[in-house]
Amino acid sequence: MDKIVDREALVGELNQKFGDCAEIFEDNTNQSIKVKPGKIVEVMTELRDNPKYELNLILNLSSVDYPENFTVLYHLNSLNYQHKLTVKVEVDKANPEVPSIVSVWKAADVMEREAYDLMGINFTGHPNLKRILLAEDFVGHPLRKDFKLA
Amino acid sequence: MLKTQELTLNMGPVHPSTHGVYRCVLTLDGEYIVNAVNHIGYLHRGLEKLAEARTYNQFIPYTDRLDYCSGLANELSYVMAVEKLLGITEEIPERAQYIRVICAELQRMASHGIFLGSFALDIAGATGFFYFFRERDKILEMITSIGGNRLTPNYMRIGGVAHDLEEDFLAEVKQLMDEMPGYIEEYNGIITGNEIFQSRTIGVAPVSKEMALDYGFNGPNLRATGVDYDLRRDEPYGIYDRFKFEVPLRENGDTFDRFVLRLKEIEQSVNIIQQALRDIPEGPVMAKVPKVIKPPVGEVYNRIENPKGHLGFHIVSDGSTKPFRTRIYSPTYVMLSAFPEMAKGTHIMDAVLILASIDIVLGEVDR
Repeated sequence: MDKIVDREALVGELNQKFGDCAEIFEDNTNQSIKVKPGKIVEVMTELRDNPKYELNLILNLSSVDYPENFTVLYHLNSLNYQHKLTVKVEVDKANPEVPSIVSVWKAADVMEREAYDLMGINFTGHPNLKRILLAEDFVGHPLRKDFKLA
Repeated sequence: MLKTQELTLNMGPVHPSTHGVYRCVLTLDGEYIVNAVNHIGYLHRGLEKLAEARTYNQFIPYTDRLDYCSGLANELSYVMAVEKLLGITEEIPERAQYIRVICAELQRMASHGIFLGSFALDIAGATGFFYFFRERDKILEMITSIGGNRLTPNYMRIGGVAHDLEEDFLAEVKQLMDEMPGYIEEYNGIITGNEIFQSRTIGVAPVSKEMALDYGFNGPNLRATGVDYDLRRDEPYGIYDRFKFEVPLRENGDTFDRFVLRLKEIEQSVNIIQQALRDIPEGPVMAKVPKVIKPPVGEVYNRIENPKGHLGFHIVSDGSTKPFRTRIYSPTYVMLSAFPEMAKGTHIMDAVLILASIDIVLGEVDR
């Protein structure tokens, strides 16, 4: 079984440090927390650098088009403790914007560009937010549910 | 008066040393690289979108087309993710578990065979190419006998494997495993110990631990920098906790280390397969799985140690027969983004080697 971070302590610590920004997210994986979009860069830096957690490897950056919102997921892993954490950010359908975490992990660069390209999520502060897999003149974001395949 | 200027050189998309359809725009100062820009997407088939219109079983053959050098390992990653979502991880029959390990390790040897062989070719050692591909071809013949195809076997199933092995399959595997140490000695003699090879690769494009973690390196490329992390040992999936094997490590993270590490991994794969051949029991190869697969509402992120890194699947289920969302985490896609930084300041003839040493495969990069 996957080792999981003590989420209650973690959420408490984050809320104390950065103001009310994180909460436990209940789902079937039991390893998710939800973070407010505006605080994501601070939270990610803290998770990476805090010796108690040391979530120093970003495994995946995923995005899901739910009927009520877009969710951006960051799957993190610690090499020292071998524990895992999923950080979820929910953003508005009309204006999907999340601050970029390229300053925390360079690996996020291409993954954010991909999420922008295919899902249409704007990562503010990204140094080079352009389409990566699709052609530059492509219209639309194919992984959105309203994009119908012919 | 002499005048110098920077030159822009377009490499690819169709060029033998790009290992597929990948384009790189190099800015050169004489023969040295000042800047490199990746252009990818030529092989993008929209697999993540296609998955939403397929049932879980229907998507298995598509995963063969990700990293087409290691089809069986991709299938294994996908079916394990779905099994985790269904909660039937414990119900996979013993024999199927062993078959999976043998398949995954054979596939690792075949994939590393391509890496090592084409690396020799990229360094203008065409002879070495044939030595590695000789054994790779034997493995692909075996894969043909279980799946009917060399690269796209479609053999794994949710709950086990498609059918039991051919009668002489295990004997053939055993024979190859017995011969492998001799072949590995041959590889070392012809390539690794070669003085020209060493002077072209040692110290070229070293990657530090910090840089590797920053760029999200995983798999062999991460271990070449000295980070001791192998999912098969540290977070064992399937029955990997039953095998005794070493995790090869290197320290400098240069091109030479990335090459040697993979050669050492082949030795360990032989080791694992020999243990599996010794212990494999008789029995069924398929668990009792419903004909129509309807996972409960929820999500899963599962990854395994693929030959090229951690291939991960993030699957979100809404309780219907088709996944709500399938996200494929491709290791080489992320690691390729480090190529510009690795190539900067190196000689243009080394750029081809640095690219080869990341071990990209464009089917997985573009998806």
